[in-house]
Amino acid sequence: MIPEEFIRSNLEGISFIAPEIILTLAILLILLVGVVLPYWRYRLLFTVLALAGLAGSLLPLWKLPQPAPDLTYLSKLFVWDWLTFFSKPFFALVGVFTILLTQVTGEIDNSEYSECTILVLAVTMGMMLLVASTDLLMIFLAFETMGILSYLLVGIRARDERSGEAALKYVLYGAFTSGTMLFGFSLLFGLAGSTDLSEISRQVVLASQHSQDRLLLIVAILFFMAGLLFKTASFPFHFWCPDVYEGAPTPITAFLSVGPKAAGFVLFIRLFYPLFALGPETGAYQAISGLEWPSILALVSAITMTLGNLAAMHQNNLKRLLAYSSIAHAGYLLMGIVALSDLGLRSVVFYLVVYLFMNLGAFGVVTMVATAGGSEDIESYRGLGTRAPYVCVAMAIFLFSLVGLPPFAGFVGKVYLFAAVISQKIYWLAVVAALNTVISLYYYLRIVKAMFLEKPTEAIQIQVPLSSQALLLALLVPTLGLGIYWQPLARVVSRMF
Amino acid sequence: MLPDHLLSWMIFFPLLGAGLILLVPKRYPTLMKLIAVAATIPPLWWAANLYVQFDRWGTGFQYVEKVPWIKDFNIHYFLGIDGISVPMVLLTALLAFICVIASWNINEHVRGYFALFLLLDTAMVGVFCALDFFLFYVFWELMLLPMYFLIGVWGGPNKEYAAIKFFLFTLVGSVLMLVVMLVFYFGSVEPSTGLHSFDLTILADQSVHQAFLKNHTIRWLCYVGLFIGFAIKIPLVPFHTWLPDAHVEAPTAVSVILAGVLLKMGTYGILRISYPVLPDMALAFALYAAILGLISIIYGALCAMAQTDMKKLIAYSSISHMGFVMLGMSVFTNTTAINGAVLQMFNHGTVTAMLFLLVGVIYDRAHTRDIDGFGGLAKTMPVYAGYTGLAFFAALGLPGLSSFISEALVLVGSFQQYKIITITATTGIVLTAAYFLWTMQRVFLGPQNKKWAELPEISLREAFTLTPLALIVILLGFYPMPVLDLIGTTLKHTVAMVVG
Repeated sequence: MIPEEFIRSNLEGISFIAPEIILTLAILLILLVGVVLPYWRYRLLFTVLALAGLAGSLLPLWKLPQPAPDLTYLSKLFVWDWLTFFSKPFFALVGVFTILLTQVTGEIDNSEYSECTILVLAVTMGMMLLVASTDLLMIFLAFETMGILSYLLVGIRARDERSGEAALKYVLYGAFTSGTMLFGFSLLFGLAGSTDLSEISRQVVLASQHSQDRLLLIVAILFFMAGLLFKTASFPFHFWCPDVYEGAPTPITAFLSVGPKAAGFVLFIRLFYPLFALGPETGAYQAISGLEWPSILALVSAITMTLGNLAAMHQNNLKRLLAYSSIAHAGYLLMGIVALSDLGLRSVVFYLVVYLFMNLGAFGVVTMVATAGGSEDIESYRGLGTRAPYVCVAMAIFLFSLVGLPPFAGFVGKVYLFAAVISQKIYWLAVVAALNTVISLYYYLRIVKAMFLEKPTEAIQIQVPLSSQALLLALLVPTLGLGIYWQPLARVVSRMF
Repeated sequence: MLPDHLLSWMIFFPLLGAGLILLVPKRYPTLMKLIAVAATIPPLWWAANLYVQFDRWGTGFQYVEKVPWIKDFNIHYFLGIDGISVPMVLLTALLAFICVIASWNINEHVRGYFALFLLLDTAMVGVFCALDFFLFYVFWELMLLPMYFLIGVWGGPNKEYAAIKFFLFTLVGSVLMLVVMLVFYFGSVEPSTGLHSFDLTILADQSVHQAFLKNHTIRWLCYVGLFIGFAIKIPLVPFHTWLPDAHVEAPTAVSVILAGVLLKMGTYGILRISYPVLPDMALAFALYAAILGLISIIYGALCAMAQTDMKKLIAYSSISHMGFVMLGMSVFTNTTAINGAVLQMFNHGTVTAMLFLLVGVIYDRAHTRDIDGFGGLAKTMPVYAGYTGLAFFAALGLPGLSSFISEALVLVGSFQQYKIITITATTGIVLTAAYFLWTMQRVFLGPQNKKWAELPEISLREAFTLTPLALIVILLGFYPMPVLDLIGTTLKHTVAMVVG
């Protein structure tokens, strides 16, 4: 006999996953429409349905109770804190821009379009679940929902060999790392006898005092890192990134470079801070003694950004170049995790928001130029500044923002990250990151140079449709606006931690 | 009638002009140029008023504007000027106006050129007015983008290399500055609010520094980081290699701004940030700074002697002249040298501006700047030769012209503290005289080169850009008090603060 109390609390709990339920309904509807109507004719309809689903998923947020750090629901599977609350609109926004990007550029055929929208919605749903999870099992389920469906997304162009190859690489790598992570989970479960994070964290504190258990914990931490560093495309699990990013359809690449990466970082916050750190006391955390994961991550961060930036210098394919740049950015973002402070966590979230706009913008331009008659090669950007000035100015702004130059939002994000490590007196990492900024300028400038400083070799006519330009504008406004006045966003992130 | 928020108007008025230019249809290039001129005239008028109204005996900042910008980081939109900023603002306003006129023959991508130029103008004035370190940094970095494009798009044959070199070098300095800026921020606590601060007037108060910012090693590293950042901009040897490349490739007006205003930002930054926030380090580091200044003086002059390209020659002479500024700024036993240094910043701004404008004039006609390629030009273009003679003599420090006074002040002042360095530095003046006179001889004297016998004389527009600068050079040569009056009180205060 199940107690009535339990049933009632679970029924109440369902209201908290209303966004995910609405997304699922939207997915089912699109599936149905795809079967009933001749799908190759109704591209716009699918877009509208998907956008409506994403927008609709946010409506319940305003009806739900005020988030609180210890407000859990559905038998402690999920937590309803400010991080969860703000993550949902974030991922919905990633989904919206991805759908719009696939709509305005023709990179994905009509025949595959409905599946594409479904998968984007489903991955979005997975990410929304993931950031709210506080239970190992749920975390793994959501992680794999996000993972497996994104493998499919990468391979969505069934007739394109590169797309298939990329998907296969992604699957193999992903299966290996998530398996490793799952093994780490099982070690922790064996230690604590529970999958609930709050329970495990109590056990970890006790276990860390015994040298034998400590070894187990260190192994578990390393195994966790495998999964997360893979998702965020950080050293030493970054090898898949350039190939997958190059092979996938560009809008999907853009999606992967922002969505799952962000989810990976949020999972860092969800897993490592409650489990392996104490605090916060006056805004700072402390790694549990004996488990020196922050120093490992600091090293990983420095190597990741240096490696990403150095490898990007010689890329001629823009998608590969941006893939390496995205690896470098994972390195920057890790600085915020390493800082072990509220400011560090804020800086990660702040940077992710900024990164959403500027990175989607950069990939957006790449796909627009490629579908409007150019290619993904840096060659076809030569002299583009005079032929498609608006798109090129937008691209320049996105790139300068990625470098971290004022008055663009990327600069503020970098200041946040630098501030986080400097306030914790990890000066060497700040200096490494600062010098990396200079290296990164070199390869971003190669694109800017091609666009504005060089003369075109052949007269390719580039016609970017108005809808694409409007989409770029929607990404440009926050990239500029948040660079000049970011107090509102600063308020939001300081609410979270 | 002056508007309220005068400094904000001076900073952002050119930006309004830039916005307006972007709206002008492509087929009206002249209208764009006229808007650009119109956008630089009011700031010049305001700067002139500022010069008249500025209280020379006031020790604090004047025309202060302070509004909270980002509350979470305690960042303020904080502007104000003192005796060091006023001559720089004046110089910037004047050169911006002159350079727009000098850019009249730009006919390629007119809209982009003038919009970027006005954006650059905004950033430059902003740097000289900002009193919040964060705001200072934003303006400082904001200069890079327009400068990169101005060199890279409208420059000479090797423009791409020069532009990227300029950008990379300056960015190294900037990111170091960013790290130091954040160390200052976390190392200080504003007593009234308990918050960290970017406010330079607060950071200058040593009692707000926290324990770790009192740590000697940290202070030393911060000072060195800032110093490298600023030294790249000045540029001091060995951080100078970007300058000759940038100058050679940049269009005339951009060279003028680069040498006339941007180089001063390095020394200005040291005076505005390094000295007030880390005075003890300034004192400890003074000898090394003086030595670097000396090396720049001698090395710059020697390199200048070897050049055959006029622009490169002037670029190296700039390095040499900025060395005097650094030398003068490193003297703390008297205020003579530092007064000379700031006066030299202003004088170098006007003199080098003239030199680059003059090279631009000849390059527009002959499309070469090869010193050995001319000869007897004084016969073909007598008026031009006259202007050039004036500028050359001013640059080599002829008594009666402005640079003489500032260099003399620097040397007289620094002799008290660094005898050997000062004596060695005087040889720099001899070398300077040598290469300028030698250039003069090769270009203007001797047998007339038939190839250039038909070159037209300097035009009215070109003379119009040169004349105000020439007048200033002559006036300050006889009577430097207009500038010395302005800077004296502030510099006395600066030296007193460093010496403690």
